[in-house]
Amino acid sequence: MKFRIQRYDPDKDAKPYFRDYDLEVGPTDRMLLDALVRIKALDDSLALRRSCREGVCGSDAMNINGKNQLACVTKLVDLKEPVVIRPLPGLPIIRDLIVDMTQFFAQYHSVKPYVVNDEPPPERERLQSPREREELDGLYECILCACCSTACPSFWWNPDKFVGPAGLLQAYRFIADSRDTRTNERLDNLEDPYRLFRCHTIMNCVDVCPKGLNPSLAISKIRTLLAKRAV
Amino acid sequence: MTIPVRRFDAVIVGAGGSGMRASLELAQAGLRVAVLSKVFPTRSHTVAAQGGIGAAIGNMGEDHWIWHMYDTIKGSDYLGDQDAIEFMCRMAPEAVYELEHYGMPFDRNENGTVYQRPFGGHSANFGEKPVQRSVCAADRTGHAMLHTLYQQNVRAKTQFFVEWMALDLVRDAAGRVLGVTALEMETGEMALFHAKATLFATGGAGRIFHSSTNAFINTGDGLGMAARAGIPLEDMEFWQFHPTGVAGAGILITEGVRGEGGYLLNKDGERFMERYAPNMKDLASRDVVSRAMATEIKEGRGLGEHGDYVLLKLDHLGLETIEKRLPGIREIAIKFANVDPVKDPIPVVPTVHYQMGGIPTNYHGEVVSWSGERDTPIAGFYAAGECGCASIHGANRLGTNSLTDLLVIGRSAGRAMIEFIRSEGQALPELPKDAAEPSRERVGRLDSPAGGEDVNEVRNEIQRTMQAHCGVFRFPDLLAQGVARIKAVAERAKRTQIKDKSRVFNTARIEALELDNLMEVARASMISAAAREESRGAHDRADHPKRDDVNWLKHTLWHREGDRLTYKPVHLKPLTVDTFQPKARVY
Repeated sequence: MKFRIQRYDPDKDAKPYFRDYDLEVGPTDRMLLDALVRIKALDDSLALRRSCREGVCGSDAMNINGKNQLACVTKLVDLKEPVVIRPLPGLPIIRDLIVDMTQFFAQYHSVKPYVVNDEPPPERERLQSPREREELDGLYECILCACCSTACPSFWWNPDKFVGPAGLLQAYRFIADSRDTRTNERLDNLEDPYRLFRCHTIMNCVDVCPKGLNPSLAISKIRTLLAKRAV
Repeated sequence: MTIPVRRFDAVIVGAGGSGMRASLELAQAGLRVAVLSKVFPTRSHTVAAQGGIGAAIGNMGEDHWIWHMYDTIKGSDYLGDQDAIEFMCRMAPEAVYELEHYGMPFDRNENGTVYQRPFGGHSANFGEKPVQRSVCAADRTGHAMLHTLYQQNVRAKTQFFVEWMALDLVRDAAGRVLGVTALEMETGEMALFHAKATLFATGGAGRIFHSSTNAFINTGDGLGMAARAGIPLEDMEFWQFHPTGVAGAGILITEGVRGEGGYLLNKDGERFMERYAPNMKDLASRDVVSRAMATEIKEGRGLGEHGDYVLLKLDHLGLETIEKRLPGIREIAIKFANVDPVKDPIPVVPTVHYQMGGIPTNYHGEVVSWSGERDTPIAGFYAAGECGCASIHGANRLGTNSLTDLLVIGRSAGRAMIEFIRSEGQALPELPKDAAEPSRERVGRLDSPAGGEDVNEVRNEIQRTMQAHCGVFRFPDLLAQGVARIKAVAERAKRTQIKDKSRVFNTARIEALELDNLMEVARASMISAAAREESRGAHDRADHPKRDDVNWLKHTLWHREGDRLTYKPVHLKPLTVDTFQPKARVY
């Protein structure tokens, strides 16, 4: 099977280039990550992040044949050859398929991603009805892989000012939590021409999310809350 | 040449559940804490835990911590330390409520309380019937918990050093622990983290086996560092085979599937666990279920071309329950087994999952040294989570108790560190000269141009050896050959080389450094297993099929120097209640 992988080592390369690999794929090579691990065994200079190899840790997001995906849950049989693999677009490249995610995490942190409740905690759990808890479904499952934000043109142009789909999905996760008492501050924090309103509903985020989540819907819910608050 | 020294009150290696529970305690106390992690914190392996956290909060019916304690001791095949087990089971409810207050998205009951599901080995009234004790967030409990803990650490402004790999433990001449050396992966630069208290929360080393549910990063780094620094490893012969790994892929399928009502079938369509565990059936302890499955396969009742797996049936639970309680499992089965469990059973096989042994500690997470008469804490050194051995899990861990352990021992280690740091006063103890020398030598060898052993080949040899010689069933001749093979590969591991010499994010170098740690763990495991002549929990010897409490009710200590083994007694005395005397284990 043929692979074309973008390579770049700032220690010796002036700029990124593509290198071709031809790998005999065996019966146990199911996912793209299996193939990449075998390529790395032949060429140990290939750098990529990987950990859980089952789609829950979010390490191995990369651009595969033009689409941001997780290598560990991308089946080889579904890929057109040569498989063209690039680092996630829009973030600085550290080396090969490894990008600098500082900006991405800074935006995540900027939404104050933690439940705040101003009441003293009870002795047991805070109560939450199954309906209230269901509001968090489709939000809390985010694995912070950055497939969505790095597929978003608005994030490419303004990564320092636009929170991006991943950060906004998490912003809504805390707004939606019946146990959180800071909804107003959270909305204040987003009411800004860039932070929220740079989203132009291009919906690339929905298209690429490997967990099937919908940041675009969360963003529209935040907009609705802001609009309601204004009247 | 000197390397930069960074100074903190505490340094924590590993940002999984136990590391971040401890760091939260320290950061909230206003201490200066550095958390080093090879991966961004939410990529740590806690993220892959599925089924739940065991805590006797009794939301679904009567439950008591002492029932949880009994189940854990019985599950451990009486090798667990009863003081540590009592401590964990008593503290578990508080730890769970705390996590809920932190924002954990637990599943709920109609009355708004947290939902609990049944799990293997957890029973009501001392083994009478299954009990609903596992709190969970669908089948993504570890993910939800790890993200919640990370979020609270962001709030507490914990200082993370992300993509820094710890290399070696730093001790002074008196044996006191003073921190670690570490490598920044992005730049290839080394630094020494100098601290009053050091916590290892580096997880397990399931990657010593060829087939494992574990992430690539589970290379036993804390164990390797401890062993190289002269600290023995405890009970390393006890490796848990999880009954339900996806056949051929090794991906975990939670025991929560059986908790929710799924069950195992052999090729005759027989629900075979009824024969092996008439009372608890598919919810017996993991060692019992794994052995039953391996027996079915061995006796020709497996399925597939090679008759090497059995089936996990859950379609009768219905689409709604599967979507609500087990959505991640459905996703995994479709992706990795090509079956939709709403319609078809999942092919499963026992797969290495958890390391019961580790760095010897007490239930405060203090690393202890056995004098022959008593355990004495090693000043400044702590371990928690899978890399520590308190010993709560003894010879076999119950499902859900790993997450309970992370929360309870992570927190108690954090508290013990605070107390120790405050008792120490302002000044940091002096670093020994050449403290970074061993690390510099290890890294320097990899940077040198000389050829040597290929890292992948050596790692494959370790994994194949462990898989073939130290499996679910263990045989004296295979163990003896395994020891010889592991010692031979240990010689090769001293000469590993890499081709990539770049300074920038050199993952070949990281893998070579990880291999040094895998090697220590594999040696400890194989040698400890060959020596233990009895069957207890996950350690099953064909030549000694029975548990032998007269000779073997004791913990193994493997010493790296000369592969020496010593033993120490099990703590049979709990903190406040009567001892649970060892008795025959029936489920």
